[in-house]
Amino acid sequence: MSSIRIVAKVKSDGVCEFKALMKHPMETGLRKDPASGEIVPAHFIREVVCKHGDKVILNANFGITMSKDPVISFHFKGAKAGDKVALSWVDNKGESESEEGEVK
Amino acid sequence: MDLKRRLFLKATLAGSTIAVAAVAGLLKPQQLLAAWPESAFTSKSVADALTAIGGKADHSASASVTITGPDGGIAQNGAIVPITISSSMENVSRIFLVVDGNSFPLTASYELPAGTLPFITARIKMGKTSNVIAICEAGGQLFSASTEVKVVAGGC
Repeated sequence: MSSIRIVAKVKSDGVCEFKALMKHPMETGLRKDPASGEIVPAHFIREVVCKHGDKVILNANFGITMSKDPVISFHFKGAKAGDKVALSWVDNKGESESEEGEVK
Repeated sequence: MDLKRRLFLKATLAGSTIAVAAVAGLLKPQQLLAAWPESAFTSKSVADALTAIGGKADHSASASVTITGPDGGIAQNGAIVPITISSSMENVSRIFLVVDGNSFPLTASYELPAGTLPFITARIKMGKTSNVIAICEAGGQLFSASTEVKVVAGGC
């Protein structure tokens, strides 16, 4: 199962609400491990791209102060039920993930 | 069946899914990584961060930008503070989310292509009580709104 969950739904006014949850530790690089006392290395999502079909509908850059398991939600126009949406992210270690969803 | 082999198979399959996504043009890690504005996210003052990412340090408070924090403006847990930003302006091209009291104030920046409405929600970390500022870029100008969030237990 993917670590990304996407829910996209067209509301009554024709605007689509895009919501996503990305499972990620979002370590700031400033926190000490309580057990060892060592600094936990930074590990956080830096870039997120959301698409509707081939069209980019949101580009986001995150710093270290986004919460663990970050969420993103926004509204966009022009979607209808059955359309494909997608989200992909890249973190500071170069790891990446992506997931597709369907507009409801 | 030994566990290592299972794990190996699982890892290989997961890896190939990402490779397929990359070929399909969904992911372009190199291109993406190059775009992250490091100097803005490592700036220690709001003005420096804005200059690095928005091109100017000054922003004017505007009634056309709205920012909402947690209920009653109080965050019990600074590690997860819900924030909602919206604007009545139609030509917002970028939105910056800034926390005045954090060591690194710039928390997130969003680019909104045509067709995407100026409405964003996020969950952020806050080290202490401070102002959270939403800055919307429209027509090359920066318009802002801020709200104070009282943090009971810091989460940085």
